[in-house]
Amino acid sequence: MQQMTKTSWILALCIVLIAGGCRRSKVTDAGIHGRTIVQNIGSDTMVNLAQAWAEEYARVEPSVSVEVSGGGSGTGVAALINGTADIANCSRRMAPDEMAKVKAASGLDPVLHIVGYDALAIFVHQANTLNEITIEQLAAVYGETGAARSWADLGVQVPGCRDNKMILVSRQSNSGTYYYFREAILGKGKDFKLGTLDLHGSKDVVELVSRTPCAIGYSGMGYATPHVKMLRVARKETEPATAPNIENTQKGVYPISRPLYMYTRGEPTATVKKYLEWINTEVGQQIILASGYVPRAKETTSSATVE
Amino acid sequence: MARRRWEIMIEVLIEWMIRLCGVSAIIFVFGIFFFVFREGAGLFFSGRFNFTQFLTSIEWYPTSQSNVRYGALALIAGTFSVTAFAMVIAVPFGLGTAIFISEFCEGRLKETLKIVIEILAAIPSVVWGFVGLTVMNSLIIRLFDAAIGLTVLNGGILLALMSVPVIVSIGEDALKAVPDSYREAALALGATRWQMVHRVLVPAAKNGLLAAVLLGVGRAVGETMAVLMATGHSVRVPTSVLDPVRTLTATIAAELGEAPVGSDHYQVLFIIGIFLFTITFIVNLSADLIVRGIRGKA
Repeated sequence: MQQMTKTSWILALCIVLIAGGCRRSKVTDAGIHGRTIVQNIGSDTMVNLAQAWAEEYARVEPSVSVEVSGGGSGTGVAALINGTADIANCSRRMAPDEMAKVKAASGLDPVLHIVGYDALAIFVHQANTLNEITIEQLAAVYGETGAARSWADLGVQVPGCRDNKMILVSRQSNSGTYYYFREAILGKGKDFKLGTLDLHGSKDVVELVSRTPCAIGYSGMGYATPHVKMLRVARKETEPATAPNIENTQKGVYPISRPLYMYTRGEPTATVKKYLEWINTEVGQQIILASGYVPRAKETTSSATVE
Repeated sequence: MARRRWEIMIEVLIEWMIRLCGVSAIIFVFGIFFFVFREGAGLFFSGRFNFTQFLTSIEWYPTSQSNVRYGALALIAGTFSVTAFAMVIAVPFGLGTAIFISEFCEGRLKETLKIVIEILAAIPSVVWGFVGLTVMNSLIIRLFDAAIGLTVLNGGILLALMSVPVIVSIGEDALKAVPDSYREAALALGATRWQMVHRVLVPAAKNGLLAAVLLGVGRAVGETMAVLMATGHSVRVPTSVLDPVRTLTATIAAELGEAPVGSDHYQVLFIIGIFLFTITFIVNLSADLIVRGIRGKA
């Protein structure tokens, strides 16, 4: 009899645990210590930045806890669609069908907030003697129909690189960085060459290029390390090449830069709105600088841009 | 009397629970197969999916905006090349180590070796991948004067290191299961230790050793994270061990997370899953048939 009671207790406990686990965590629910939780999911490009913001904001506003996770822009959008994210970080604009899905799921249109800029830098090994590259050359290097296969096609001889063979480092085919580079460099509807090394993270690209003399890669400017070289980029052969730095990005002269977005379902709730406003303050924009990205230009910092 | 009834009931209950545990493997295997098949079948039978292209084209462009192509030949070649290379290293090393541990060493050395090999098995695959991406990449570039170190060689060595513990522990068990009377008889007939091993023990433990090798193959085919990081994840048919490749498993791991549920891309990834499932099924089935064949003759 005693045994039976014990068994039934364990059984009951199991059921409670399972039921508890199944309960979908409501996003802006009050947390364990009465803190409001904001779920912030999305772009891997933005994950370090979002984390830095969240940590600083916890000091400024202890009653709010911003929980950041990565997975890619697509993951963030998916989370916004199924309601597990309050803010989706996106390093690209949402596709029309994604916007329709958000609308269908919640009845609200997704609202876009620009929080800063990201410039994609072109990385090569430190030993590489190349200093500049044009968008056309990049398209010839990375494009499916591009002719450049060897460093000699760009007019250089890379020390320590066997056969002068070019090793193309790219990203997995559904990262926001991949989408952005494809559209900005190769053009709409174009594809990459087969045989690129499709790495799984922004950091990995820089890491690999720094150790591989033959390699060329693209990744966020924020991921630069002292061990790699960044190329200056020109729109056309006739135009001057510009360095990937903050000033050039803000001025809009650096050719491969893009805004970073945060999406919300409809107009943000009071808590989220306050957070987005804080991001655009001096403190928030200092953090974006410290993370290696480019802050929004001064004159538009009044409040979150809503489109 | 009441106590009796309780005891009987608990007995029955426990019996059923154990029975459930026993058949759960079957339920899970069929459940997984059903799930994977259901997710992929929609596209497979829709008429839109070109199976010939899937098997014969190397053009893998799942997210192209103008011309989506699902050619998996390069991925299949990637999985086969890395697995085959890993086995070339792992089978002799694994079986050799198993024989050494079981027959040629004793006492403290034996215990140390077993513990070290267990530790080797406990290293998470993402750590192996990290080693491949950082240490081995530079090493291969320097040693082989290669353009890139994320290659079949790199991934193959890592997979070999990961499957050796599997082969060793199962191989050693198989050898241990050979009765000592066999050893005694061989030595009594004047055989040397080596003759005893390759004329008596290996033939006697053949089934177990084959199982060890096949489980090693299974480990290598199914491994994802390490090969994702160490082979370069590059769509191409390798022509040498110094070429980067991309495997079927790594493709699923890298792309499934962001493929919208129910989309063609998502379903093609599940078709790759079905394909992998079929490969392992054929490997296991043929191994089973071989083992039965051997048993039938004996």
